[in-house]
Amino acid sequence: MKSAPSGPAIEKAFTTISGRPIERLYTPEDIAQLDYARDLADPGAFPYTRGIHPTGYHGKPWTMRQFAGFGTPEETNQRYTQLLEAGGTGLSVAFDLPTLMGRDPDDALSLGEVGKCGVSVASLADMETLFSGIDLGAITTSMTINSPASMIFAMYLVVAEKQGVSWQTLSGTLQNDILKEFIAQKEYIYPPRPSMRLITDIFAFCMEQVPKWNTISVSGYHIREAGATAAQELAFTLRDGIEYVQYGVDAGLDVDAFAPRISFFFNAHSDFFEEIAKYRAARRIWAHVMRERFKASNPRSWQLRFHTQTAGVSLTAQQPYNNVVRTALQAMAGVLGGTQSLHTNSLDEALALPTAEAATLALRTQQIIAHETGVADIVDPLGGSYFVERLTRDLEAEALAYFDTIDRMGGMVEAVERGYPQKEIAESAYRFQQAVESREQLIVGVNDFVAVGERPIVTLYIDESVGEKQVRQLVQLRATRDNARVERALNALKAGAAGVENTMPLLIEAVRAYATVGEMCNALREVWGEYEESPVI
Amino acid sequence: MNQKIRVVIAKPGLDGHDRGAKVIARALRDAGMEVIYTGLRQTPEHIVAAALQEDADVIGLSILSGAHMHICPRVMELLHQNGLDDVMVVVGGIIPDVDIPKLNVIGVRGIFLPGTPMQEIVDFITKNARSRVGSV
Repeated sequence: MKSAPSGPAIEKAFTTISGRPIERLYTPEDIAQLDYARDLADPGAFPYTRGIHPTGYHGKPWTMRQFAGFGTPEETNQRYTQLLEAGGTGLSVAFDLPTLMGRDPDDALSLGEVGKCGVSVASLADMETLFSGIDLGAITTSMTINSPASMIFAMYLVVAEKQGVSWQTLSGTLQNDILKEFIAQKEYIYPPRPSMRLITDIFAFCMEQVPKWNTISVSGYHIREAGATAAQELAFTLRDGIEYVQYGVDAGLDVDAFAPRISFFFNAHSDFFEEIAKYRAARRIWAHVMRERFKASNPRSWQLRFHTQTAGVSLTAQQPYNNVVRTALQAMAGVLGGTQSLHTNSLDEALALPTAEAATLALRTQQIIAHETGVADIVDPLGGSYFVERLTRDLEAEALAYFDTIDRMGGMVEAVERGYPQKEIAESAYRFQQAVESREQLIVGVNDFVAVGERPIVTLYIDESVGEKQVRQLVQLRATRDNARVERALNALKAGAAGVENTMPLLIEAVRAYATVGEMCNALREVWGEYEESPVI
Repeated sequence: MNQKIRVVIAKPGLDGHDRGAKVIARALRDAGMEVIYTGLRQTPEHIVAAALQEDADVIGLSILSGAHMHICPRVMELLHQNGLDDVMVVVGGIIPDVDIPKLNVIGVRGIFLPGTPMQEIVDFITKNARSRVGSV
């Protein structure tokens, strides 16, 4: 039995940052139902609650993968070279908004946006510059690209081909997660159904041609940043995962042939234990989903692998050095939760894209966790904790309840079309903001412990010359390439998209002809149209 | 006669991060204003047309992508061309310090950076929006 606290009665209700009520103390009662072999098991054994590798980080440390990209391909190439020299072990490409939205730098809608939030990549020529001097056979690259994922992936494949690196050995990750775009980040182009077809085309293509590539990174990160709670992040992300597997199966693919290449991407927010429980619950839920719902028999289909990024939304413009501490604690939660790779945010990211110094400090934060704290030496060190096991179970139950609701709607595509997850997230975002306003939720330096007369820090400023330079290069490219070949490739792409042919080989041919991202995306806009959401507030 | 302050909240540019725009739209509505949220990827032309059609007193622009120095001058210019100089424009988002005076010079009245309390924005709009008394 739990004893009553002997100290003075505490009136305040304690909750996690997601609003989950928390008790003062957790005891064996909280894990009375827990069966070790059934619910936890050793790391490396079903249902993988404690981790997918028996040896944890002894066998392989997490990949320190810092997301970076800004300005021109030349500038970003320099940043990559510097990150690799500083001990980074993987690259992660941040594209600018025109690229993410499938618009060329000279499109009217790109005005003022070129190179601002990431690197501008308009054609194969830019991709060649971006990876100049970097052996694609020796690194793994993650690319944060969704609606134009197929086009950008085709460019990466052609750069590898030109470097003489076989596609069979090429390894990396494509984010390629359109559902979370409809739900949260809103970088969509086409309606949901043709968007899903582009994704299953990539699944099918990679099974044969690029077998080591992670074809999708099903992302909760953006869902959380948009305001979701931890449970909503968990539920919507895994339900998105289910949708992709279902569409793959419906497209005639063997589940065990493509599911092992599905990976996930979660946020590491500030509520330490709730985050750790979230990762543990994610592994357990996915293992059951894959084995029971989809009858997958390959253990690799059951194992949830994930990347983690610390919470950008938790960073404050006020007292930016506090962000170093926030990021370190969040990163620690990701590591204790068993992440396969990690991005740590830079202290200045509430203000601008990071400076080189800030990006290096963010990487050093991971290196200190890995090499000085000892936390990575034990697999799932919090396994068995009354509190963490209880939280893991509660988050799992909440996610499964969301699965039922979404299944009843017919699936995630249908739920998205009705604006259901969008509405749930907007509700949570508003509730959180109200808690901040009322100071139920304190944010150091923002609504308490405020400093007066802060000195501004130096931030990165992207000037307008980037846009002008990219437009000039594009004009030159269009004047020098074989435009008849481009035309033929784009016509073949349109014909294929209107039918059932796999779009990947058609896009690769267009890329080889130096068709631009905007041209390829426009060809598909002609066939499929563009999506417009009805906004809900 | 309806004397509620009418606010058009818009998200111009290619960026889709609409958490802030939606939260502030709800906060203004809860504070008793009439809020029209235009949705994503609105051009300055769309936004000014919406302000005209909705008889807006205030336009709130949410911009995080760095495109504000292209978008804001165009919105101000179009407002002027349409005789809407008394429509107050406020901007929320990530705006580098060096750009704040430039935006003020072209007539952007309020600039709200990350961490601004919702109440501060509500108070600013209530105090500075054009008076609706006497309008039909």
